[in-house]
Amino acid sequence: MGERGHALRAYGLIAAMWIRSTMAYRLSFVLTALGNFAVSALDFVAILLMFSHIDALGGFTLPEVALLYGTTCTSFGLADLLLGNADRVGRRVRDGTFDQFLVRPVPVLVQVAADRFALRRIGRIGQGALVLAWGVARVDVEWTPGRVLFAVVMVVTGAAIFAAVFLAGAAFQFWAADASEVANSFTFGGCTLLQYPPTVFAKELVRGATFVVPLAFVNWLPALWLLGRDDPLHLPGWAAFCGPAVALLLLGLSGLAWRAGIRSYRSTGS
Amino acid sequence: MDLIELTDVEKVFTVRRRAGLLRRERREVRAVDGISFRVPRGEMVGYIGPNGAGKSTTIKMLTGILVPSRGRLRVAGIDPSRDRARLARRIGVVFGQRTTLWWDLPLRDSYGLVRRMYRIPDARYRANLDRCVELLDLGALLDVPVRQLSLGQRMRGDVAAALLHDPEVLYLDEPTIGLDVVSKARVRGFLRDLNAERGTTVLLTTHDLTDIEQLCRRVMVIDHGRLVYDGALDGLHTVGGSERMLVVDLERELPPMRDVPGARVVRVEGPRQWLAFPATRSAAPLVAAVAERYPLLDLSVREPDIEQVIARLYGDGPPRT
Repeated sequence: MGERGHALRAYGLIAAMWIRSTMAYRLSFVLTALGNFAVSALDFVAILLMFSHIDALGGFTLPEVALLYGTTCTSFGLADLLLGNADRVGRRVRDGTFDQFLVRPVPVLVQVAADRFALRRIGRIGQGALVLAWGVARVDVEWTPGRVLFAVVMVVTGAAIFAAVFLAGAAFQFWAADASEVANSFTFGGCTLLQYPPTVFAKELVRGATFVVPLAFVNWLPALWLLGRDDPLHLPGWAAFCGPAVALLLLGLSGLAWRAGIRSYRSTGS
Repeated sequence: MDLIELTDVEKVFTVRRRAGLLRRERREVRAVDGISFRVPRGEMVGYIGPNGAGKSTTIKMLTGILVPSRGRLRVAGIDPSRDRARLARRIGVVFGQRTTLWWDLPLRDSYGLVRRMYRIPDARYRANLDRCVELLDLGALLDVPVRQLSLGQRMRGDVAAALLHDPEVLYLDEPTIGLDVVSKARVRGFLRDLNAERGTTVLLTTHDLTDIEQLCRRVMVIDHGRLVYDGALDGLHTVGGSERMLVVDLERELPPMRDVPGARVVRVEGPRQWLAFPATRSAAPLVAAVAERYPLLDLSVREPDIEQVIARLYGDGPPRT
């Protein structure tokens, strides 16, 4: 309980209010959610088309790629749903409406993240989860309880890593109001990257995605372990289990950047 | 007890300006340049100054929106920028220029959200809302989305939202800007009652001096980031060296009355003459002197224009850096 409980409840309140206000136009909601589903599904259709000509992509079978694709999309979708609106903060900083978040007794991040909460984004999560379920059913993995748990942790960790990148992107908008485009290239771009096996990319890129912006911990490293494959960088075996620690570290760093951003906020004239 | 305390508070902004193709100049702007004041509980203070004088910057530091560059700030014993969320429960803020309400939501939903965010007990929330709805005439507006409200309606809606949690301090930044006469009167009346009945401390910035005249006994004038006056509204005349005007209607056209002690003729228009004299002096001996020497038909005394007094104060401020 206490402040943290209050913060979570406040998130729920604000989100619920936005959901209620979108539900005033139910048909519009259904259509945009379906649209969201369809647009993200096109990515997978592209993969399916590829597999109609080839049997393996970078040595990965279709169900294996589906597993990669499903985990990324679900993780990304969760982060986007919960924190995606934080990238509107730049606009609010520019026009000064950010002030209003600072005079309310709820953490600013909660207000910013829940602002205009867009439930339609469950379309993407649903699509990712469907592909994931199909991939899980078809890959050649013996699903022991331990592995199931591992997969669940992988999705949650992935969401946390994406959330950290969203948060960092939002934080930098206090200094550069247009930073959201840069952040998008890591979030949306990263999401697309991770849908494919690391083996199809140049080693430098994989290295960058491991050590610079450690998106590889979203699904590449853990999924490789799950599928019993060697990773192209030949990292030690325990690297696959580092996801949660990496996510916490990233969240911590982004949180610090966010705080620094708020303290350097200059508001606008008048 | 002092509810608001500022000691030598400064706010410096670094402005980067492009100077040439790639070179950039950094320049420091002191928006607030060493301000100290105290506001005791229950006082209603006007905070005035020309555009860019540092009024809003001060208010934003007092709410915790901006972090001061130097100096000490306390509101209800809280350091605003360090403990922003805790302070938020105890203050109310109205920015005349922009709303703190949710643009797309009806007022009623906004208020509901405010209630949950501030964890306002049900009974108190209902009492406060009813009172605001009645006194600010919001009844017909509760179900209208904020974006559809007129400026005056929205402002009333904002004032209500800032008061639902019974704040001890209310900051109003230009609360009557752009409002029509009726809306202005309503907002002013409401604020006066609030201060009288609840003892809410109010700090008000405005360009409309009528706001100050009708609401505040104390006024602070800021210019170029410095306080140039802090005291009673009447005292501004003494400080500003302002003059009152004796307007005299004579029986016929006469040359300017140069022999009236303590006054000087500033204007003559046919049989009517204007005599200026220091605002701090009584008009009675002057009237007697005029009546003794001239055929008098009628006369009136005009109070000095507060705007001019303040304009003079601004003019005397330290040069802009």
